[in-house]
Amino acid sequence: MTLVQGALDWLGDPANWRGLSGIQQRLVEHLAITGAVILVAALIALPLGILVGHTRRGRGTVVALTSGVRSIPTLGLLTILALNLGIGLTAPVLALIVLAIPPLLAGAYAGIESVSVDAVDASRGIGMTEWQLVRAVEVPLALPVIVGGLRSATLQVVATATLAAYVADAGLGRFLFSGLKQRQYSEMLGGAILVATLALVLETALALMQRVLTTVPPDTGRP
Amino acid sequence: MIEFRDVSKRYPDGTVAVESFSFVVPSHETVVFVGSSGSGKTTLLRMVNRMVDPTSGTVLIDDQDVQQVDKVQLRRSIGYVLQGVGLLPHRTILDNVATVPMLRGVSRAHARKDALGLLDRVGLDRALATRYPSQLSGGQQQRVGVARALAADPNILLMDEPFGAVDPIVRAELQVELRRLQSELGKTTVFVTHDVDEAFKIGDRVVILSAGGRIEQADTPERIVAHPANDFVADFIGARSARRTLRVQDVDGREVVVDGDGRPVGMLAT
Ligand SMILES: Nc1ncnc2c1ncn2[C@@H]1O[C@H](COP(=O)(O)OP(=O)(O)O)[C@@H](O)[C@H]1O
Ligand SMILES: [Mg+2]
Repeated sequence: MTLVQGALDWLGDPANWRGLSGIQQRLVEHLAITGAVILVAALIALPLGILVGHTRRGRGTVVALTSGVRSIPTLGLLTILALNLGIGLTAPVLALIVLAIPPLLAGAYAGIESVSVDAVDASRGIGMTEWQLVRAVEVPLALPVIVGGLRSATLQVVATATLAAYVADAGLGRFLFSGLKQRQYSEMLGGAILVATLALVLETALALMQRVLTTVPPDTGRP
Repeated sequence: MIEFRDVSKRYPDGTVAVESFSFVVPSHETVVFVGSSGSGKTTLLRMVNRMVDPTSGTVLIDDQDVQQVDKVQLRRSIGYVLQGVGLLPHRTILDNVATVPMLRGVSRAHARKDALGLLDRVGLDRALATRYPSQLSGGQQQRVGVARALAADPNILLMDEPFGAVDPIVRAELQVELRRLQSELGKTTVFVTHDVDEAFKIGDRVVILSAGGRIEQADTPERIVAHPANDFVADFIGARSARRTLRVQDVDGREVVVDGDGRPVGMLAT
């Protein structure tokens, strides 16, 4: 109980929020890392996943590859990358991109594959080009599933981005590592609460977005 | 005019859907391909808009080989109604109908205006324009499918078991309306079904197919009934069944037509 009280006191102290290693700064760094990682991973995974879903080719390869990648422990990967790339943000960002790609990829191809075969066949039959099919039919209808992938990728990255502090002076993970080292358990727990809260906020926002993007209308009225 | 010139189709898995098929669909006529499931009807139909490319042989539209026409342009110039309808679930009825004209470069406002007229044409209430496909009954969705196929005012209409999934009463209604539309519009139409009665109701000519797209008989419905070409056709149309073997029975001085079981079908017109 005193530990929780300590963490809340730590969070409540305005002094802890200010400065270059204050909560505000770390929060911004954490979000920036998460955002950049998701952006780069999405630029790789979404086109690839959409291509696989649209052509129905290479699914086996992609599944094998992503389940292989999923089995790599992120901390191990981060250590290996850091040993090769040195201290700094490059190694954690790369490790997090590897973490984010599988759920994004799976969301993209599963989403496209879930689109009604009849709608796709008819759209092609009335004269849509393959590109028009992807843009006007498959992607809009797959969007809820694609955002589902984005949601799970974001959740994993925002939680795991604490590891960035393992090799770089960045992110909310700093409070966990420094707290642990200096036996400042209230700081450590406070940091953990911040990460969990951030994850919850992002999760809620994306869940909301997913609901809004569900383009298939309900049985009454316009969406 | 659509001409199938000795076409065949072998799918990559080795299935021979069509062995060798030749037939001419005259302009402004409605030809029905009828045959049991798997006889190659869909395959033949989809050769016309190049959704399927024949393994050998050619399909010609007004003497032009369809292989020489760009697929996408070809499809935009042909009306296509599918058994599964395949409306876009995220677009309104009006926008579904307006799809092809918009693909062809017509402005949205103009395409929507024309689409409203098409809803009237296929007997749909304009109030449905802003609904989504999932809010319509199966029969209504099929009407939208027909409106969408007519939207670009194509010369050719391809219809693949369009009324297969609706209940018999609605189906009969749709058949009557299709005939009305055909007499108004005079499109060159290929209609595919596995239902002989539907074929006889809709077709100016009927092509009876057996496995591998083999033509067992191609003629007007009345001539097929009068002279089934062989036992396959006779069986297929149920020539010997009670409902096709009608006779006249005198009932209190009136001429009542009864079927093979003696059930009344109607009266002889006087
Ligand atoms: N894409 C395909 N790949 C392999 N076989 C197919 C394909 N499409 C159809 N077939 C086969 O070709 C035959 C004819 O099919 P189809 O033209 O759909 O017949 P119908 O429309 O008369 O039911 C069937 O045996 C069917 O299983
Ligand atoms: Mg078929």
